[in-house]
Amino acid sequence: MRIAIASGKGGTGKTTVAVNLAAYLDSQDIDTGFIDCDVEEPNAHFFLKPELGPAKEETLPVPEIITDKCLGESCKKCIEQCRFKSLIWMVSEVLVFAELCHGCGLCELACPADAITEGKRVVGTTSTGKAGDINFATALLKIGEAMSPPLIKAVKKADSKSEVVITDCPPGTSCPVIEAIEGSDFVVLVTEPTPFGLHDLDLAVQLLKILKYKFGVVINRSGMGDNSVEEYLNKNNIPLLGSLPHSRDAASTYSSGDLLWDKIPGFKQEYEKIWNSIIKLTSGAA
Amino acid sequence: MKQIVVISGKGGTGKTSVVSGLASVGPKKVLSDCDVDAADLHLILKPDVLETNDFFSGERPEISADKCTSCGLCAEHCRFDAISDDFQIIPEKCEGCGVCSYVCPADAVSTLPRKCGQWFISDTRFGKMVHAALGIGEENSGKLVTTVRNASAEVAEKEGVELVLVDGSPGVGCPVIASLTNADMALLVAEPTVTAMHDLERVHSLTKHFRLPSMAIINKCGLNPELEETIRKFCTENDVTLAGELPYDRTFTRAQLEKKSIVEYDPDGLGKKIEQIWNSIELKL
Repeated sequence: MRIAIASGKGGTGKTTVAVNLAAYLDSQDIDTGFIDCDVEEPNAHFFLKPELGPAKEETLPVPEIITDKCLGESCKKCIEQCRFKSLIWMVSEVLVFAELCHGCGLCELACPADAITEGKRVVGTTSTGKAGDINFATALLKIGEAMSPPLIKAVKKADSKSEVVITDCPPGTSCPVIEAIEGSDFVVLVTEPTPFGLHDLDLAVQLLKILKYKFGVVINRSGMGDNSVEEYLNKNNIPLLGSLPHSRDAASTYSSGDLLWDKIPGFKQEYEKIWNSIIKLTSGAA
Repeated sequence: MKQIVVISGKGGTGKTSVVSGLASVGPKKVLSDCDVDAADLHLILKPDVLETNDFFSGERPEISADKCTSCGLCAEHCRFDAISDDFQIIPEKCEGCGVCSYVCPADAVSTLPRKCGQWFISDTRFGKMVHAALGIGEENSGKLVTTVRNASAEVAEKEGVELVLVDGSPGVGCPVIASLTNADMALLVAEPTVTAMHDLERVHSLTKHFRLPSMAIINKCGLNPELEETIRKFCTENDVTLAGELPYDRTFTRAQLEKKSIVEYDPDGLGKKIEQIWNSIELKL
């Protein structure tokens, strides 16, 4: 079973819930995998402290022009066809702006002279290892690289064998999130009881409804704000999986990179409740 | 005209609280919300929308069931798995690259401009604001950010305002890179947690990559004194001027619940700190 942990807003506690849920499952002798799909800012390793193997470079196919074969100014079909402006005509040749390329391969199809081959652009790295018994995979987007979905796609391939795979998603509601939750059996949305939390939760809910995922909500830092999130969940018949109370203790334990589920009073029961709710809501889904 | 972009790497460190606070002090500004994925600044600033614009980016292909011969060439060549088993486009996965229409032998693919969201020019109690809403599940937030940034500069130009204050997005990828383009300064909002520290280093390498002068604010001080010291040291070593520090304080949440900026909610306490922060920024500008 694949469970994605997501939220519209950054900083609501996605990673906190993801790592603590994984650690809790591991403590229950469930064969657990963890994939950090927040490739722009991966943070799960701080909490799960995995032993990682060597980083593997992940690449995106980008065009390389074979100048001798290129028909030159009379043709320019590749430039005309590229929707991403990653090919331009410069003085006497086709120049490739690799960082704008989406790797779609249209230029290669469009070239009548077979003058385009597939080169590579490194978008980041992935690495895998173990955090105790947890199968762990993480990725790191190269600084200055704009496109994270190809790297998210790559790191997700790292674990298809654990009984339960937790994926920690990037924030937001656009392409990186969609790529990260793709293929999940259940999505956990983490929010906080504030106007910002509620507003961004609603965006994430709309996204999951469009994509037709089963999902539920965890309220993190419950008690710090108001009840508008609970009211919203009731009104829209969205299951509340559990609430993690706001406490300075939890915040400072988190700040040092420590897990909370076994240290903060009441948290273990709450993670147990979250897990049982997920099981109930996905029963029938393998 | 100067443009300051507030970023953090990690989400939830308090960018929007800082921006709405800074909006309430100092000279007249144009405010720009570049967190187009999950914009929140409008919740505090309650903008009166003056102008709404549709945002189009790229193309949205459509496959005509009448013309389609189910030959499968489009699905075979699409590298984004955006074609369903019954030969329809899956919009959430489609990048609008045009491969499907290029390879289709039956001419069954037509393309329409793709509406990805809207952007707005508004009035707020702190000045003009430019903000946007990316359609749910749409891509190209980077291009929408660029649209918002350019419009903000134009509004400032027209109003004779000397400063644009930008609420950036989390991360180091596409939307962040777009929000830093043409900025004069990055203001990094850090919090004393190991994760935010790591993300601060990442986002700082990005500002270095763009050779952008940076200042920092440490938010949520008191949570972890040891890490606060680490952040101060990081700033000294990396030529990042510390603009000020803000305590870990529930007053920030209370202000948000009242839909007020921290300066409006607590003018004599935290509001004063925001003013001091503004003064250090102004000195550096």
